[in-house]
Amino acid sequence: MLGLNKQDTTLFLIVVALTALAPFILNPFPTESAMAQFNAGYPDLMQRFVIFGIFAIGFNILFGLTGYLSFGHAAFLGVGSYAAVWMFKLFSYNVFPAIFLSVVIAGLFSLLIGYISLRRSGIYFSILTLAFAQMSFALAYSVLSNPKFNLTNGETGLQVYTDDLQMFHGDHLPDLPHIFGLLTMRDNFVLTVGGWDFNFNVGYYFCALIMLLAFYFSVRIFRSPFGTMLRAVKSNQTRMYYTGLNARPYTLAAFVISGMYAGLAGGLMAAVDPLAGAERMQWTASGEVVLMTILGGAGTLIGPILGAGFIKYFENIFSKINDTVLHSWFSFLPDGMEDFMVAIVHPFIGKGWHLTLGLLFMMVVIFLPGGLVEGGQRIMRLFRGKKAAKEADEATQSTPAE
Amino acid sequence: MSKSNLTRRGLLKTSAVAGAGVALPTIFTASSAAAYMNEPTGGSVTLGFNVPQTGPYADEGNDELLAQKLAVEHLNGEGDGGCLKTFTSNALQGNGILGKKVEFVTGDTQTKSDAARASAKSMIEKDGAIMINGGSSSGVAIAVQGLCQEAGVIFMAGLTHSNDTTGKDKKANGFRHFFNGYMSGAALAPVLEKEYGKDRRAYHLTADYTWGWTQQESIAAATEAVGWETVNNVLTPLASTDFSSYITPVLNSGADVLVLNHYGGNMVNSLTNAIQFGLLDKEVNGKDFKIVVPLYSELMAAGAGANIKGVFGSMNWNWQLQDEGTKAFVQSFGEKYGKPPSNSAQTCYAQTLLYADACERAGTFNPCGVSEALEGFEFDGLGNGPTLYRADDHQCFKDVLVVKGAENPTNAYDTLEIVEITPRAQVEYAPDHPMFAGGDLGTCNPGA
Repeated sequence: MLGLNKQDTTLFLIVVALTALAPFILNPFPTESAMAQFNAGYPDLMQRFVIFGIFAIGFNILFGLTGYLSFGHAAFLGVGSYAAVWMFKLFSYNVFPAIFLSVVIAGLFSLLIGYISLRRSGIYFSILTLAFAQMSFALAYSVLSNPKFNLTNGETGLQVYTDDLQMFHGDHLPDLPHIFGLLTMRDNFVLTVGGWDFNFNVGYYFCALIMLLAFYFSVRIFRSPFGTMLRAVKSNQTRMYYTGLNARPYTLAAFVISGMYAGLAGGLMAAVDPLAGAERMQWTASGEVVLMTILGGAGTLIGPILGAGFIKYFENIFSKINDTVLHSWFSFLPDGMEDFMVAIVHPFIGKGWHLTLGLLFMMVVIFLPGGLVEGGQRIMRLFRGKKAAKEADEATQSTPAE
Repeated sequence: MSKSNLTRRGLLKTSAVAGAGVALPTIFTASSAAAYMNEPTGGSVTLGFNVPQTGPYADEGNDELLAQKLAVEHLNGEGDGGCLKTFTSNALQGNGILGKKVEFVTGDTQTKSDAARASAKSMIEKDGAIMINGGSSSGVAIAVQGLCQEAGVIFMAGLTHSNDTTGKDKKANGFRHFFNGYMSGAALAPVLEKEYGKDRRAYHLTADYTWGWTQQESIAAATEAVGWETVNNVLTPLASTDFSSYITPVLNSGADVLVLNHYGGNMVNSLTNAIQFGLLDKEVNGKDFKIVVPLYSELMAAGAGANIKGVFGSMNWNWQLQDEGTKAFVQSFGEKYGKPPSNSAQTCYAQTLLYADACERAGTFNPCGVSEALEGFEFDGLGNGPTLYRADDHQCFKDVLVVKGAENPTNAYDTLEIVEITPRAQVEYAPDHPMFAGGDLGTCNPGA
């Protein structure tokens, strides 16, 4: 279907089903129950899942296929966000022009940085991209936000004010990002079934639709001759040069494509929440997408999306468990035991979520070098025996390029 | 490769699905049954405490959280009641808010606008928080205030000192109890004039972001009004940890006062560098060299240790004040946590009580009703003396403290001593003052 082979079609349909049914899948516990703490089916987090999914899918086109490890992709995400918010400020709250511009600007920006950085490979390339990203962060944080020339609004983040130009904005249009005035990104429909509340959010489905397109496009790249060429870069670039092939245009194209994906993600972030903060360009944000890709499985199709979901879940759910919640969990224990258990769990929740994530990341890298995708394959193998596992292997294409 | 079977049945199915998709919007828009965002329907109401628990201001944030938990206890009638006894408005009974038990959720702002908005959003969307309180940075406060305005909940700012929070970035759903850069300048300048004379030459080092700029502007204007000259203003990147290279030029500039528009770790580092360079032992233009830190906090003072001896600054509140409200709060906080509260803790405590009180007086949790009850509200007994919540910009007006580093601290907590309590009239300004101009409060947004 759609030019995909059978396995890819199945995978694509699974992703479609997962994203469409996310409000149900992510809300397994009734709202009033104690386990509701672990529900992730609220609009903001669902939007983050798919937006960072797009970011990671794009990053995977560069890192997973060519093996070039960029430590500066957050810069493109940030540029995309700023471009989108400026579109809101100057023209209107319609999300389509904003997202279009953010992709274009991020593409141009990545062309510039990629053209310079790709002159080196390996660690030097990583350091160059890191340096560019930190430069962009510093520019956005203070240099370009001085009172005389305020492009980024610095630490506060770029916002839309009521006295902004907004040429095509009218009274009949809502005062927040919308789709041609028909729907706003914040519109939300809550379906209450029994004790469950399921959120159907316009912003989420809009981003999910774009993620599906992005995912489809990435599958096509993986399966194209262009994708094969990129894998060749990963396996042995020197050999490519000796056979008379110039690898640079291919890597540059991959870099720009992944930069545009990042810009798209940035534009969507601004579309669901019209503020662009400089922090999203910081090196920690660049590192996060690397973690997402490796955690999910670099070079696999679905891995980056899983990794993105995993990390965002930890960031938003585990960081919000506080001691009061812990005490209510362990309240069935005798007093001394209760305090003891709380003291043991305490370092791993709330502000300690980085610690939990770090431990999990270590375990994944040590025991499942292929990321979560490999974990899934191993489980499949247990259930279906060897023959089926071989198929599963092909379906997710985790065969290393080396 | 691809196989597509286009049949009549398949086509009909597809178009039915597409049709349903097109029809969905009407369901979405018709879904707002509640009168306002997160209207509490059960026996409890949820407040959201959004404070930095990691990052440079984590200490401030954790102190705020302690105070917020204390406020919730007092609202629910547990503990000793704290400021409920001294608060001049007697609407709060200690039975929750409007008879509903107060519960709270917490989030980590990480002192990043993005992270702060994400955690505030999750508290509003997932946990049903009806009010967001806390924070320790103006950038974050402004970002979260904007979010609360869009989402339709009340934002009770924590520690935010930039003029912009209630100036050009003010929002109808946002309220600030803390003082601001302009007030710091207005309170400090007369004291500095008295102590150091009229003909001083000041050199400013300023953290390069919103708060730094507005504070520098305010302090420079106020000191120039008493006859000082501003020699230079150097912007330092927020991420700096070593300020040595910024200190050397100060010595050659002919300035005799160094103003550090820094906060948190920045201030601790820049002050320590300045002391290491022996600035305070120098004599310039026949006068002793002096250092001023316009915005102080207890936690910063503790971090800078002996270096702050005799250094002037300003504060919103200090635990050593002797009014009834302060005594009640300090006692309650001290008994529970074994230390005196910081001024960021006090502002969050007061904000939580003020919000609860406004709900009681308005008889509703509707942000528009609450906002009306807070606007123009005069009160006393929360530790800052008689205070006004001005309707024009949602800024509190109250006395400002001028403090200096204690010469002989007797314990770990009296590192600062109060020099003067500047009366409210001296720090007041018109709502359209140039430093605050350009903003628009807009109208209150109840969400749904």
